[in-house]
Amino acid sequence: MSNKFDKQNYKNTVKSYQPKPNLFLNCIKAFIIGGLICVIGQALTDFYINVFGYSEKDAASPTAATLILISALLTGLGIYDKLAQFAGAGSAVPITGFANAITSAALEHKSEGYVLGVGGNMFKLAGSVIVYGTVSAYIVGIIRYLITQ
Amino acid sequence: MGKQGKQSWIFQNKVYINETATIGGPMEAQGPLKETFDITYDELHCHEDNWEKAERKILQQSIQTCIQKAKLQSDQIDLMLSGDLLNQNVTSNYAARTLSIPILNMFGACSTSMETLAVGSALVDAGFVDNAVAATSSHNATAERQFRYPTEYGGQKPATTTTTITGGGSALVSKKPSDIRVESATIGKIMDYQMGDPFDMGSAMAPAAYDTIKTHLADLGRSPKDYDLILTGDLSSIGSPILKDMLKEDGINIDDVHNDCGLMIYNSDQPVFAGGSGTACSAVVTYGHVVSELRKGNLNRVFIAATGSLHSPTMIQQKETIPCIAHGVVLTREELS
Repeated sequence: MSNKFDKQNYKNTVKSYQPKPNLFLNCIKAFIIGGLICVIGQALTDFYINVFGYSEKDAASPTAATLILISALLTGLGIYDKLAQFAGAGSAVPITGFANAITSAALEHKSEGYVLGVGGNMFKLAGSVIVYGTVSAYIVGIIRYLITQ
Repeated sequence: MGKQGKQSWIFQNKVYINETATIGGPMEAQGPLKETFDITYDELHCHEDNWEKAERKILQQSIQTCIQKAKLQSDQIDLMLSGDLLNQNVTSNYAARTLSIPILNMFGACSTSMETLAVGSALVDAGFVDNAVAATSSHNATAERQFRYPTEYGGQKPATTTTTITGGGSALVSKKPSDIRVESATIGKIMDYQMGDPFDMGSAMAPAAYDTIKTHLADLGRSPKDYDLILTGDLSSIGSPILKDMLKEDGINIDDVHNDCGLMIYNSDQPVFAGGSGTACSAVVTYGHVVSELRKGNLNRVFIAATGSLHSPTMIQQKETIPCIAHGVVLTREELS
């Protein structure tokens, strides 16, 4: 056997057989879908401000809740994962992606019961986002405190 | 002697496949092999409460259908050899609760189909059992959940991913003559070429298929020309060209006779990424399509090398690479006088 497919060269050799992800196209798709989700969010914010008379700051909470609800519904209907295959980061980064991670895990473990199944597993994917989100916020908070002193 | 070369077995006492049965899920029922299934389902739950029960039903039905087609009762089956992808082989063990057949569970990931067939044939050949059933199953949703993410999770998959097929396949093996003979088998070695991406199992498994095919040809003193078809389990559109080029480096050209079960099970316009995979992939293609082509006389001698990727999510998270294996069985057409 020649060197090309030797164990130590194998990983490099087979790279030419694996289709490369089209980064540029993926960025465009993520930008469009991610942007569209943000446009919907903005429309919801305007709706809550103009129709229900919320202040701009207060409108953020019902906006987020509505987006979470939509995402959870789309997950349950089996649509969000198909959207995500197209959009990639565009549907993973916004709050809807976070809601999908929790809803999909909860759905998946429903057959194991509500306490140990749904309750115990729903943060399986989203849990690390919460942990490191909180830790990062804490560290940034300390830095900000030290700088502004 | 049954042993041939280092890794191959030749069955001396004429072992036959008497009957087979295959079950397919919704995606498989839309594929090019839809006519070869005994039973198909149009939804993944197969009218059950959860995915695990659905897979169990598929495996049970494939075994029962196979026994029925052979006009036997389950108490006439001396041994069932079965396996699936789920932890502790739960599909096989739970399916066997109602069957009351002595059972040997096996795990070789997606190579289990040929592993069970090879061992079953050897036991029949040696006279330890008269009738043996080799059976395997896999289910897209149970595999997704165990090996990847929740089924509805929106993670973007790369093009190298394979799609676990939903299905089950069984074969009844005995010394009672039929038109399909199990001629020989080659047991594979673990090959680990330092690939660690579970979303690209084709690249990881190609060296295992390479090693088993090369060893098989050497053990039996044959060349690819001696076969009408050399079939790999689930190397997909990524692993298949790698395998062919690896063999070419050794002067073995299988271009004219090679096909891959993972590429045969779906149409190219189905959303399955690089192709099908799973324990049932090689089982349903072999026990459905290949067996029927052998019966019709369109094929005479086929070597099926079922490939398996033997990782678990824990091993992947611990940054281990993927050990892979391929087990091969030769089926030949027998003229019944």
